[in-house]
Formats: sequence, C-alpha cells, structure tokens
Amino acid sequence: MAEIIVTTSGKGGVGKTTTSASIASGIARRGKKVAVIDFDIGLRNLDLIMGCERRVVYDFVNVIQGESTLKQALIKDKRIETLFVLAASQTRDKDALSLEGVRKVLDELIADGFDYIICDSPAGIEKGAHLAMYFADRAIVVVNPEVSSVRDSDRILGLLASKTQRAEKDESKVKEHLLLTRYSPKRVAAGEMMSVDDVKEILGIEVIGVIPESPDVLAASNAGTPVILNAESDVSLAYEDAVARLLGETVPLRFLEEPKKGFFARMFGG
Amino acid sequence: MGLLAFFRRSPATANIAKERLRIIVSQERSARGGPDYLPLLRRELLEVIRKYVNVDPEAIQINLEREEGQEVLELSVQLPEKKAV
Repeated sequence: MAEIIVTTSGKGGVGKTTTSASIASGIARRGKKVAVIDFDIGLRNLDLIMGCERRVVYDFVNVIQGESTLKQALIKDKRIETLFVLAASQTRDKDALSLEGVRKVLDELIADGFDYIICDSPAGIEKGAHLAMYFADRAIVVVNPEVSSVRDSDRILGLLASKTQRAEKDESKVKEHLLLTRYSPKRVAAGEMMSVDDVKEILGIEVIGVIPESPDVLAASNAGTPVILNAESDVSLAYEDAVARLLGETVPLRFLEEPKKGFFARMFGG
Repeated sequence: MGLLAFFRRSPATANIAKERLRIIVSQERSARGGPDYLPLLRRELLEVIRKYVNVDPEAIQINLEREEGQEVLELSVQLPEKKAV
C-alpha cells in the first residue's frame, strides 16, 4: 500500500525542499518506487535541488488540467532508477491546484504502483500548504531550533490534526515526525541554541532525525544533488538515519555532540 | 573559534527561548479548536478591567479546558502591585 508523506514546516527557509529531496532519494535508493511532488505553485524549486530543472516539460498543473498525461510530466531521476519528480507549475494562478485535481494525480500514482509519494509543501498555511498535507498519511515537520520556526511548526501540527482528510473523516490521525535541521551541537552546548530535547518537549512529538548545520547543504544545492547522495557528509548520514527510522528501523540519534577538537584547534580557529 | 571569541562567549539564551515558547505554545494550543470569540472576549474583558485597574495586556489569561464532557472557561487577571502613595 502506498504511503503519502508531506514535508511541511509553516516557516520558510528551514529546509523543507532539501529534506523532501533527500528523504525521497534515500527511500528510492532502497529500491522503493518514489514520486516527489513540488506543491509550491508559482515558485518552482524542487527541480533545482534535484538537479532536473532543464528537463521539466510538463508540470503538476498541466497534469491536473489535462494538458499532459502524468507519465509525460514525471521526470525520471538520472541517478536512482525508482525515483520520479513532478515539478511545480510557474503559473501565477494560485487556484490552479484543486483538491479534486490533487486527489486524481495521487490516485493515479498509487495505481501506477508507487510505494511512497512525498509532497513538498510550500511555506505558510495557504492553499498550497493545505493541499500538500490534505491527503497525507504521515508528516515530516521540519523545524529549526529557533523560536519562530518552533511556533510555526506548532501551528502546522494543529492544522494536521484538523484540516486533513484523516481528521475530517475521523480516521486514525496523520502520523507526525519531527525533523530538526541546522542543528549546531556546539551552540547547544554553549546554551545559545535550544536542544533536541527542548524542542521535543515543547512540541511533544517524536523525533525522526537531527540534521547538523553544515556547508554541505549549500554545496549540494549548488550542484543540484540531493545532499543525502554526498556520502562524505554528516548531513547525508543524518538523513540516511532519518530514512531508516521512517521505514521502521530503530537507529540511535547521532551528531548531537560537538566533535572533539584539540587545544590548538580551539584556540586558533577551525 | 578564534582567540577573541574564546574569551567572549555569547550569553546563554536558549533557556529564555524555551520558556517563552512553552508559554506561547500552550496558550495557542488551548485557544485552538476553541470558539472563535475567545480573542475578542479577551480584548473586551481587558478593556473593562482597564476602566478600573491599569493592567498589562499580558496580565490577563484565558484558558478553555475540556474535561469529562464539560468546558471550563478559566480567567485569570494578575493585578498590579499596590504602589505606596
């Protein structure tokens, strides 16, 4: 049975698209058939992070409006056999997405044998965000250990519990997972940044991953490679752990401590 | 971290963040799913109270609690300390 997972946050710039790209790639790399959909109508971004921006011919809205088939619009990833991207439309018409249109596309993906559908939500709580979460079975709530991000995430948790199909039909609720990004163990140790436990305590949901702050994220987006595919990076390992947990494995959290440095490195920078 | 930064640490503000979030999140959660008139009720109550006592907007707390099928609207107003005249 296919699972629909929304990546959401409320606040912008916290790492939703980076997360969608890496989680989708990580699951697909394990042989599952995965589609990742950009719901940010008007502001297409996922294609850049996935590195397929020049291969977009048809988009999500084209499919909904019957201007192309789903098959024509799905972009097959060049690195991972079982990974497909559906790009956002750049139309300025915010009403181009409709609940019924989205439902039709998701149903078709499920009928085509996709195992996982990752919905990359736009920031905010407007229509695009609502549609991205509406059909979700699970939600990855991306949060930075910072006051406005945490508060916005709590708003999103409220919406997941009330404005989704599962909530409206009184089915079992959308399963919520917390993913912390831009985590700096050094600043946490210095008392300058809230810890994983602090954020977990405030929001009261289970943590699926902690992604350390790293220049590798920008490097990966510059190159159009999902950061999880950069095997050298702690970020990649942290996302891989999150993928494992998402698929039901028990993996301890890591990268919560600052790597130990020698005396000279501490005194003279590095 | 350079030599200067080693001696001049930023203040530890994470606890302040956590405490502020704890309060605002629990306040927003209790208003969530509750009747839409709560914010307006809060404002109007504040105005009435202010006719008599000069209280801070932060000094008035409204909580809606649901227990065993009944709802309890809890209102608490923190009055300012009496100043010596």
